[in-house]
Amino acid sequence: MHIDIDKDLCIGAGQCALAAPAVFTQDDDGYSTLLPGRADGGADPMAREAARACPVAAITVSGTAG
Amino acid sequence: MTETEPVAFPQDRTCPYHPPTGYDPLRAARPLTRITLFDGRQAWLVTGHDTARTLLADPRLSTDRTRDGFPAPTARFAGLRKRRTALLGVDDPEHRVQRRMMVPGFTLRRAAALRPRIQEIVDERIDAMIAQGPPAELVTAFALPVPSTVICALLGVPYVDHDFFEGQSRRLLRGPAAEDVMDARDQLEEYIDELIDHKQKRPEPGDGVLDELVHGQLRNGELTRQDVIALAIILLVAGHETTANMISLGTFTLLQHPDRLAELRTDPALVPAAVEELMRMLSIADGLLRMALEDIEVAGTTIRAGEGVLVSTSVVNRDEAVYADPDTLDWHRPARHHLGFGFGIHQCLGQNLARAELEIALHTLFDRLPTLRLAAPAEDIPFKPGDTIQGMLELPVTW
Repeated sequence: MHIDIDKDLCIGAGQCALAAPAVFTQDDDGYSTLLPGRADGGADPMAREAARACPVAAITVSGTAG
Repeated sequence: MTETEPVAFPQDRTCPYHPPTGYDPLRAARPLTRITLFDGRQAWLVTGHDTARTLLADPRLSTDRTRDGFPAPTARFAGLRKRRTALLGVDDPEHRVQRRMMVPGFTLRRAAALRPRIQEIVDERIDAMIAQGPPAELVTAFALPVPSTVICALLGVPYVDHDFFEGQSRRLLRGPAAEDVMDARDQLEEYIDELIDHKQKRPEPGDGVLDELVHGQLRNGELTRQDVIALAIILLVAGHETTANMISLGTFTLLQHPDRLAELRTDPALVPAAVEELMRMLSIADGLLRMALEDIEVAGTTIRAGEGVLVSTSVVNRDEAVYADPDTLDWHRPARHHLGFGFGIHQCLGQNLARAELEIALHTLFDRLPTLRLAAPAEDIPFKPGDTIQGMLELPVTW
Protein backbone atom coordinates (compact mmCIF):
# COMPACT_ATOMS: atom_id res chain seq x y z
CA MET A 1 0.00 0.00 0.00
CA HIS A 2 1.22 3.49 -0.80
CA ILE A 3 -0.39 6.76 0.27
CA ASP A 4 -0.09 10.11 -1.48
CA ILE A 5 -1.50 13.40 -0.17
CA ASP A 6 -2.03 16.28 -2.59
CA LYS A 7 -1.38 19.25 -0.31
CA ASP A 8 -2.56 21.70 -2.97
CA LEU A 9 -6.03 20.17 -2.76
CA CYS A 10 -6.13 19.67 1.03
CA ILE A 11 -8.54 22.02 2.84
CA GLY A 12 -7.57 20.89 6.33
CA ALA A 13 -10.93 19.30 7.17
CA GLY A 14 -9.10 16.71 9.29
CA GLN A 15 -11.31 13.84 8.13
CA CYS A 16 -8.33 11.59 7.37
CA ALA A 17 -6.90 12.05 10.86
CA LEU A 18 -10.35 11.36 12.30
CA ALA A 19 -10.85 8.17 10.25
CA ALA A 20 -7.32 6.75 10.51
CA PRO A 21 -5.52 8.44 13.41
CA ALA A 22 -2.72 5.85 13.32
CA VAL A 23 -1.77 6.93 9.80
CA PHE A 24 -2.72 10.60 9.31
CA THR A 25 -2.38 13.76 11.35
CA GLN A 26 -2.73 17.50 10.75
CA ASP A 27 0.41 19.63 10.65
CA ASP A 28 0.65 23.00 12.42
CA ASP A 29 -1.10 24.73 9.52
CA GLY A 30 -3.89 22.16 9.61
CA TYR A 31 -2.97 20.22 6.49
CA SER A 32 -3.02 16.49 6.20
CA THR A 33 0.28 14.75 6.71
CA LEU A 34 1.40 11.18 7.31
CA LEU A 35 2.68 10.12 10.69
CA PRO A 36 6.38 9.15 10.55
CA GLY A 37 6.92 5.84 8.80
CA ARG A 38 3.32 5.54 7.62
CA ALA A 39 3.66 6.29 3.88
CA ASP A 40 2.88 2.58 3.41
CA GLY A 41 -0.32 2.97 5.42
CA GLY A 42 1.01 0.74 8.18
CA ALA A 43 -1.37 -1.95 6.88
CA ASP A 44 -4.21 0.04 8.44
CA PRO A 45 -7.48 -0.86 6.70
CA MET A 46 -8.78 2.54 7.73
CA ALA A 47 -6.35 4.26 5.33
CA ARG A 48 -8.81 3.61 2.48
CA GLU A 49 -11.66 4.89 4.63
CA ALA A 50 -9.65 8.05 5.19
CA ALA A 51 -9.22 8.50 1.44
CA ARG A 52 -12.98 8.12 0.96
CA ALA A 53 -13.70 10.51 3.83
CA CYS A 54 -11.57 13.26 2.28
CA PRO A 55 -14.02 15.86 0.92
CA VAL A 56 -11.66 17.00 -1.84
CA ALA A 57 -10.13 13.66 -2.93
CA ALA A 58 -6.65 14.79 -1.87
CA ILE A 59 -5.63 11.30 -0.70
CA THR A 60 -4.69 8.44 -3.03
CA VAL A 61 -4.15 4.95 -1.71
CA SER A 62 -2.54 2.61 -4.22
CA GLY A 63 -1.54 -1.03 -4.14
CA THR A 64 -2.98 -3.85 -2.08
CA ALA A 65 -3.46 -3.86 1.66
CA GLY A 66 -0.53 -5.06 3.74
CA MET B 1 -50.95 21.71 -11.63
CA THR B 2 -50.00 19.18 -14.27
CA GLU B 3 -48.75 15.76 -13.29
CA THR B 4 -45.25 16.72 -14.38
CA GLU B 5 -45.06 19.76 -12.07
CA PRO B 6 -42.00 19.07 -9.89
CA VAL B 7 -42.26 18.79 -6.11
CA ALA B 8 -41.88 22.03 -4.11
CA PHE B 9 -38.62 22.48 -2.21
CA PRO B 10 -38.06 23.23 0.63
CA GLN B 11 -41.06 21.98 2.64
CA ASP B 12 -41.76 21.87 6.38
CA ARG B 13 -40.95 18.66 8.20
CA THR B 14 -43.84 16.67 9.60
CA CYS B 15 -41.68 15.06 12.29
CA PRO B 16 -38.68 17.20 13.30
CA TYR B 17 -36.16 14.37 12.84
CA HIS B 18 -37.43 12.97 9.54
CA PRO B 19 -37.46 14.57 6.07
CA PRO B 20 -40.88 16.04 5.20
CA THR B 21 -43.34 13.41 4.00
CA GLY B 22 -43.73 15.71 1.01
CA TYR B 23 -40.21 14.60 -0.03
CA ASP B 24 -41.29 10.96 -0.49
CA PRO B 25 -41.46 11.41 -4.29
CA LEU B 26 -37.92 12.86 -4.16
CA ARG B 27 -36.67 9.83 -2.24
CA ALA B 28 -38.12 7.64 -4.96
CA ALA B 29 -36.34 9.68 -7.65
CA ARG B 30 -32.63 9.05 -7.14
CA PRO B 31 -30.05 10.20 -7.88
CA LEU B 32 -31.35 13.51 -9.21
CA THR B 33 -34.70 15.06 -9.99
CA ARG B 34 -36.43 18.36 -10.70
CA ILE B 35 -37.94 20.61 -8.02
CA THR B 36 -39.89 23.86 -7.96
CA LEU B 37 -38.52 26.73 -5.85
CA PHE B 38 -40.64 29.31 -4.01
CA ASP B 39 -40.57 31.71 -6.98
CA GLY B 40 -41.80 29.09 -9.44
CA ARG B 41 -38.37 28.56 -10.90
CA GLN B 42 -37.27 24.97 -11.43
CA ALA B 43 -33.93 23.54 -10.37
CA TRP B 44 -32.20 20.20 -9.95
CA LEU B 45 -32.32 18.42 -6.60
CA VAL B 46 -29.58 15.90 -5.90
CA THR B 47 -31.01 12.94 -3.99
CA GLY B 48 -28.42 10.14 -4.47
CA HIS B 49 -25.41 9.80 -2.14
CA ASP B 50 -22.86 9.00 -4.82
CA THR B 51 -24.04 11.75 -7.16
CA ALA B 52 -24.08 14.26 -4.29
CA ARG B 53 -20.43 13.47 -3.48
CA THR B 54 -19.50 13.79 -7.16
CA LEU B 55 -21.29 17.09 -7.68
CA LEU B 56 -20.27 18.74 -4.40
CA ALA B 57 -16.64 18.08 -5.36
CA ASP B 58 -17.13 19.48 -8.90
CA PRO B 59 -15.57 22.94 -9.42
CA ARG B 60 -18.07 23.64 -12.23
CA LEU B 61 -20.70 24.14 -9.53
CA SER B 62 -20.47 27.59 -7.95
CA THR B 63 -21.61 28.77 -4.49
CA ASP B 64 -21.18 32.44 -5.40
CA ARG B 65 -24.67 33.71 -4.75
CA THR B 66 -23.92 37.10 -6.32
CA ARG B 67 -23.95 35.45 -9.77
CA ASP B 68 -26.96 36.20 -11.93
CA GLY B 69 -29.38 33.30 -11.88
CA PHE B 70 -28.14 31.81 -8.61
CA PRO B 71 -31.07 29.85 -7.13
CA ALA B 72 -32.86 31.29 -4.10
CA PRO B 73 -34.75 28.99 -1.70
CA THR B 74 -36.71 31.86 -0.08
CA ALA B 75 -37.68 35.45 -0.86
CA ARG B 76 -35.58 36.72 2.04
CA PHE B 77 -32.47 34.93 0.72
CA ALA B 78 -32.94 36.66 -2.63
CA GLY B 79 -32.64 40.02 -0.85
CA LEU B 80 -29.26 39.15 0.65
CA ARG B 81 -27.73 37.75 -2.50
CA LYS B 82 -25.60 40.75 -3.39
CA ARG B 83 -23.97 40.96 0.05
CA ARG B 84 -20.53 39.53 0.54
CA THR B 85 -20.59 36.10 2.18
CA ALA B 86 -17.15 34.79 3.10
CA LEU B 87 -16.10 31.14 2.68
CA LEU B 88 -19.46 29.55 1.78
CA GLY B 89 -20.28 32.30 -0.73
CA VAL B 90 -17.03 32.37 -2.71
CA ASP B 91 -15.48 29.98 -5.22
CA ASP B 92 -11.87 28.93 -5.61
CA PRO B 93 -9.29 30.37 -5.91
CA GLU B 94 -10.54 33.15 -3.58
CA HIS B 95 -12.19 30.60 -1.31
CA ARG B 96 -8.98 28.65 -0.92
CA VAL B 97 -7.14 31.72 0.39
CA GLN B 98 -9.86 32.36 3.01
CA ARG B 99 -10.17 28.72 4.02
CA ARG B 100 -6.44 28.29 4.46
CA MET B 101 -6.31 31.27 6.80
CA MET B 102 -9.04 29.72 8.94
CA VAL B 103 -7.88 26.11 9.06
CA PRO B 104 -5.32 26.38 11.90
CA GLY B 105 -8.07 27.60 14.25
CA PHE B 106 -10.31 24.61 13.54
CA THR B 107 -8.10 21.51 13.49
CA LEU B 108 -8.82 18.29 15.36
CA ARG B 109 -6.01 19.21 17.74
CA ARG B 110 -7.51 22.63 18.50
CA ALA B 111 -10.94 21.06 19.04
CA ALA B 112 -9.37 18.47 21.36
CA ALA B 113 -7.59 21.21 23.31
CA LEU B 114 -10.93 23.00 23.80
CA ARG B 115 -12.63 19.92 25.27
CA PRO B 116 -11.91 20.74 28.94
CA ARG B 117 -13.27 24.28 28.44
CA ILE B 118 -16.36 22.90 26.63
CA GLN B 119 -16.92 20.50 29.54
CA GLU B 120 -16.78 23.42 32.01
CA ILE B 121 -19.26 25.44 29.95
CA VAL B 122 -21.63 22.46 29.72
CA ASP B 123 -21.36 21.77 33.45
CA GLU B 124 -22.01 25.42 34.34
CA ARG B 125 -25.21 25.39 32.29
CA ILE B 126 -26.43 22.16 33.86
CA ASP B 127 -25.58 23.51 37.35
CA ALA B 128 -27.74 26.54 36.56
CA MET B 129 -30.60 24.35 35.31
CA ILE B 130 -30.46 22.29 38.51
CA ALA B 131 -30.34 25.44 40.65
CA GLN B 132 -33.40 26.92 38.93
CA GLY B 133 -35.50 23.89 38.07
CA PRO B 134 -36.99 21.59 37.12
CA PRO B 135 -38.56 22.34 34.69
CA ALA B 136 -36.47 24.17 32.06
CA GLU B 137 -36.71 25.34 28.47
CA LEU B 138 -33.71 23.55 27.03
CA VAL B 139 -33.07 25.76 23.99
CA THR B 140 -32.49 28.93 26.05
CA ALA B 141 -31.07 27.17 29.12
CA PHE B 142 -28.61 24.88 27.36
CA ALA B 143 -28.70 24.23 23.61
CA LEU B 144 -28.05 27.85 22.58
CA PRO B 145 -25.75 29.16 25.35
CA VAL B 146 -23.30 26.23 25.17
CA PRO B 147 -22.16 26.68 21.52
CA SER B 148 -22.56 30.44 21.80
CA THR B 149 -20.12 30.58 24.72
CA VAL B 150 -17.71 28.22 22.95
CA ILE B 151 -17.60 30.18 19.69
CA CYS B 152 -17.14 33.44 21.62
CA ALA B 153 -14.11 31.96 23.38
CA LEU B 154 -12.69 30.61 20.12
CA LEU B 155 -13.20 33.79 18.10
CA GLY B 156 -12.54 36.34 20.84
CA VAL B 157 -16.08 37.81 20.88
CA PRO B 158 -17.33 39.01 24.30
CA TYR B 159 -20.07 36.64 25.49
CA VAL B 160 -21.80 39.55 27.28
CA ASP B 161 -23.03 40.55 23.80
CA HIS B 162 -24.72 37.20 23.22
CA ASP B 163 -28.32 38.45 23.35
CA PHE B 164 -27.48 40.88 20.56
CA PHE B 165 -25.69 38.53 18.17
CA GLU B 166 -27.96 35.56 18.86
CA GLY B 167 -30.98 37.72 18.10
CA GLN B 168 -29.48 39.16 14.92
CA SER B 169 -28.35 35.69 13.79
CA ARG B 170 -31.91 34.46 14.26
CA ARG B 171 -33.19 37.33 12.07
CA LEU B 172 -30.44 36.73 9.50
CA LEU B 173 -31.41 33.07 9.13
CA ARG B 174 -35.17 33.28 9.59
CA GLY B 175 -36.26 36.83 8.82
CA PRO B 176 -39.22 36.76 8.66
CA ALA B 177 -39.04 39.51 6.00
CA ALA B 178 -36.22 40.31 3.58
CA GLU B 179 -35.88 43.66 5.40
CA ASP B 180 -35.17 41.82 8.67
CA VAL B 181 -32.41 39.85 7.00
CA MET B 182 -30.79 42.96 5.51
CA ASP B 183 -31.07 44.90 8.76
CA ALA B 184 -29.66 41.99 10.79
CA ARG B 185 -26.72 41.80 8.42
CA ASP B 186 -26.14 45.59 8.75
CA GLN B 187 -26.24 45.40 12.52
CA LEU B 188 -23.85 42.46 12.68
CA GLU B 189 -21.44 44.28 10.33
CA GLU B 190 -21.55 47.36 12.53
CA TYR B 191 -20.98 45.28 15.66
CA ILE B 192 -17.96 43.45 14.22
CA ASP B 193 -16.58 46.72 12.87
CA GLU B 194 -16.58 48.15 16.41
CA LEU B 195 -15.11 44.96 17.79
CA ILE B 196 -12.23 45.24 15.29
CA ASP B 197 -11.64 48.85 16.44
CA HIS B 198 -11.51 47.65 19.99
CA LYS B 199 -9.07 44.86 19.17
CA GLN B 200 -6.83 47.21 17.15
CA LYS B 201 -6.49 49.52 20.15
CA ARG B 202 -5.31 46.71 22.43
CA PRO B 203 -1.51 46.68 22.64
CA GLU B 204 -1.39 42.89 23.03
CA PRO B 205 -3.68 40.72 20.89
CA GLY B 206 -6.08 38.42 22.69
CA ASP B 207 -5.97 34.72 21.87
CA GLY B 208 -9.11 34.50 19.71
CA VAL B 209 -9.20 33.72 15.99
CA LEU B 210 -10.45 37.29 15.33
CA ASP B 211 -7.54 38.73 17.32
CA GLU B 212 -5.18 36.75 15.10
CA LEU B 213 -6.87 38.07 11.95
CA VAL B 214 -6.88 41.69 13.16
CA HIS B 215 -3.26 41.68 14.31
CA GLY B 216 -2.12 39.47 11.43
CA GLN B 217 -3.83 39.49 8.04
CA LEU B 218 -5.65 42.82 8.49
CA ARG B 219 -2.54 44.64 9.69
CA ASN B 220 -0.30 43.26 6.94
CA GLY B 221 -2.87 43.94 4.22
CA GLU B 222 -3.66 40.32 3.28
CA LEU B 223 -7.30 41.01 4.21
CA THR B 224 -9.38 44.18 4.02
CA ARG B 225 -11.56 45.29 6.88
CA GLN B 226 -14.62 44.19 4.89
CA ASP B 227 -13.04 40.74 4.43
CA VAL B 228 -12.53 40.37 8.19
CA ILE B 229 -16.08 41.51 8.90
CA ALA B 230 -17.54 39.02 6.41
CA LEU B 231 -15.42 36.19 7.82
CA ALA B 232 -16.31 37.07 11.41
CA ILE B 233 -20.04 37.10 10.64
CA ILE B 234 -20.11 33.67 9.05
CA LEU B 235 -17.92 32.14 11.76
CA LEU B 236 -20.03 33.65 14.53
CA VAL B 237 -23.42 32.77 13.00
CA ALA B 238 -22.49 29.31 11.72
CA GLY B 239 -20.57 28.66 14.93
CA HIS B 240 -23.53 28.78 17.27
CA GLU B 241 -26.82 28.39 15.38
CA THR B 242 -26.03 25.05 13.79
CA THR B 243 -24.69 23.35 16.90
CA ALA B 244 -27.53 24.77 19.01
CA ASN B 245 -30.01 23.15 16.64
CA MET B 246 -28.18 19.83 16.75
CA ILE B 247 -28.22 19.85 20.57
CA SER B 248 -31.94 20.67 20.81
CA LEU B 249 -33.06 18.35 18.03
CA GLY B 250 -30.57 15.64 19.09
CA THR B 251 -31.94 15.72 22.65
CA PHE B 252 -35.53 15.56 21.39
CA THR B 253 -34.68 12.65 19.08
CA LEU B 254 -32.93 10.68 21.84
CA LEU B 255 -35.87 11.26 24.21
CA GLN B 256 -38.15 9.82 21.52
CA HIS B 257 -35.94 6.69 21.35
CA PRO B 258 -35.79 5.53 25.00
CA ASP B 259 -34.27 2.13 24.25
CA ARG B 260 -31.45 3.72 22.28
CA LEU B 261 -30.93 6.32 24.97
CA ALA B 262 -30.70 3.62 27.65
CA GLU B 263 -27.99 1.90 25.62
CA LEU B 264 -26.06 5.15 25.26
CA ARG B 265 -26.20 5.74 29.01
CA THR B 266 -24.77 2.31 29.80
CA ASP B 267 -21.98 2.59 27.22
CA PRO B 268 -20.61 6.13 26.82
CA ALA B 269 -18.02 4.79 24.34
CA LEU B 270 -20.91 4.82 21.83
CA VAL B 271 -21.31 8.60 22.06
CA PRO B 272 -19.09 9.53 19.05
CA ALA B 273 -20.93 7.01 16.84
CA ALA B 274 -24.25 8.32 18.17
CA VAL B 275 -23.27 11.87 17.20
CA GLU B 276 -22.39 10.74 13.65
CA GLU B 277 -25.69 8.88 13.35
CA LEU B 278 -27.60 11.93 14.61
CA MET B 279 -25.74 14.10 12.08
CA ARG B 280 -26.84 11.68 9.35
CA MET B 281 -30.40 11.31 10.49
CA LEU B 282 -31.18 14.93 11.41
CA SER B 283 -29.45 16.61 8.43
CA ILE B 284 -30.26 20.02 9.88
CA ALA B 285 -28.70 22.00 6.99
CA ASP B 286 -30.81 20.75 4.10
CA GLY B 287 -30.80 22.13 0.54
CA LEU B 288 -27.16 23.10 -0.15
CA LEU B 289 -27.18 25.70 -2.92
CA ARG B 290 -25.13 25.61 -6.12
CA MET B 291 -25.31 26.88 -9.71
CA ALA B 292 -23.81 25.14 -12.75
CA LEU B 293 -21.20 27.29 -14.54
CA GLU B 294 -20.92 24.85 -17.46
CA ASP B 295 -22.91 21.90 -18.81
CA ILE B 296 -22.29 18.92 -16.52
CA GLU B 297 -22.99 15.31 -17.49
CA VAL B 298 -23.90 13.29 -14.43
CA ALA B 299 -25.88 10.09 -13.85
CA GLY B 300 -27.03 10.02 -17.49
CA THR B 301 -28.40 13.56 -17.29
CA THR B 302 -27.12 16.91 -18.49
CA ILE B 303 -27.24 19.80 -16.04
CA ARG B 304 -27.14 22.92 -18.20
CA ALA B 305 -24.94 25.94 -17.49
CA GLY B 306 -26.91 28.46 -15.45
CA GLU B 307 -29.23 25.91 -13.84
CA GLY B 308 -29.67 25.78 -10.08
CA VAL B 309 -28.55 22.62 -8.28
CA LEU B 310 -29.64 21.93 -4.70
CA VAL B 311 -28.44 19.02 -2.60
CA SER B 312 -30.95 17.67 -0.10
CA THR B 313 -28.78 16.33 2.71
CA SER B 314 -31.85 14.88 4.45
CA VAL B 315 -32.73 12.84 1.36
CA VAL B 316 -29.13 11.94 0.44
CA ASN B 317 -28.40 10.77 3.98
CA ARG B 318 -31.27 8.30 3.69
CA ASP B 319 -30.11 6.72 0.46
CA GLU B 320 -30.99 3.02 0.83
CA ALA B 321 -28.06 2.09 -1.39
CA VAL B 322 -25.69 3.33 1.33
CA TYR B 323 -27.63 3.09 4.60
CA ALA B 324 -29.73 0.00 5.29
CA ASP B 325 -33.05 0.81 6.97
CA PRO B 326 -32.19 4.52 6.73
CA ASP B 327 -35.17 5.85 8.72
CA THR B 328 -34.06 3.99 11.86
CA LEU B 329 -31.76 5.59 14.43
CA ASP B 330 -28.96 3.05 14.72
CA TRP B 331 -25.43 4.03 15.71
CA HIS B 332 -24.16 0.51 15.15
CA ARG B 333 -24.37 1.16 11.41
CA PRO B 334 -21.39 2.78 9.73
CA ALA B 335 -22.85 6.31 9.45
CA ARG B 336 -19.49 7.52 8.20
CA HIS B 337 -19.52 9.45 4.91
CA HIS B 338 -22.86 11.09 5.69
CA LEU B 339 -23.21 14.54 4.17
CA GLY B 340 -24.45 16.25 7.34
CA PHE B 341 -21.40 18.54 7.22
CA GLY B 342 -21.55 18.82 3.42
CA PHE B 343 -18.77 17.70 1.07
CA GLY B 344 -16.22 19.25 -1.27
CA ILE B 345 -14.24 22.41 -0.62
CA HIS B 346 -17.04 23.98 1.44
CA GLN B 347 -17.40 21.06 3.87
CA CYS B 348 -18.03 22.50 7.35
CA LEU B 349 -14.94 24.28 8.68
CA GLY B 350 -16.12 23.83 12.27
CA GLN B 351 -17.03 20.14 12.10
CA ASN B 352 -14.33 18.97 14.52
CA LEU B 353 -15.39 21.59 17.04
CA ALA B 354 -19.06 20.66 16.49
CA ARG B 355 -18.34 16.97 17.13
CA ALA B 356 -16.55 17.82 20.38
CA GLU B 357 -19.41 20.07 21.53
CA LEU B 358 -22.13 17.56 20.62
CA GLU B 359 -20.35 14.63 22.26
CA ILE B 360 -19.77 16.52 25.50
CA ALA B 361 -23.16 18.28 25.59
CA LEU B 362 -25.33 15.21 24.89
CA HIS B 363 -23.32 12.84 27.08
CA THR B 364 -23.17 15.21 30.06
CA LEU B 365 -26.83 16.24 29.81
CA PHE B 366 -28.12 12.66 30.09
CA ASP B 367 -25.42 11.66 32.56
CA ARG B 368 -26.17 14.43 35.02
CA LEU B 369 -29.94 14.50 34.49
CA PRO B 370 -30.71 10.78 34.15
CA THR B 371 -34.47 11.29 34.47
CA LEU B 372 -34.60 14.02 31.79
CA ARG B 373 -37.88 13.89 29.87
CA LEU B 374 -40.18 16.09 27.83
CA ALA B 375 -42.43 18.41 29.86
CA ALA B 376 -45.07 18.62 27.11
CA PRO B 377 -46.58 16.14 24.63
CA ALA B 378 -43.99 15.62 21.85
CA GLU B 379 -46.48 16.55 19.14
CA ASP B 380 -47.13 19.95 20.78
CA ILE B 381 -43.47 21.06 20.83
CA PRO B 382 -42.75 23.55 18.05
CA PHE B 383 -39.85 23.12 15.63
CA LYS B 384 -38.39 25.22 12.84
CA PRO B 385 -39.97 25.62 9.42
CA GLY B 386 -38.37 23.89 6.44
CA ASP B 387 -36.83 27.00 4.91
CA THR B 388 -34.05 27.41 7.48
CA ILE B 389 -31.67 25.30 9.57
CA GLN B 390 -33.71 22.58 11.26
CA GLY B 391 -34.07 22.37 15.04
CA MET B 392 -36.46 22.88 17.93
CA LEU B 393 -38.00 26.32 18.53
CA GLU B 394 -38.55 25.35 22.15
CA LEU B 395 -37.82 22.24 24.18
CA PRO B 396 -39.68 22.11 27.51
CA VAL B 397 -38.05 19.46 29.73
CA THR B 398 -38.21 18.27 33.30
CA TRP B 399 -36.29 15.68 35.38
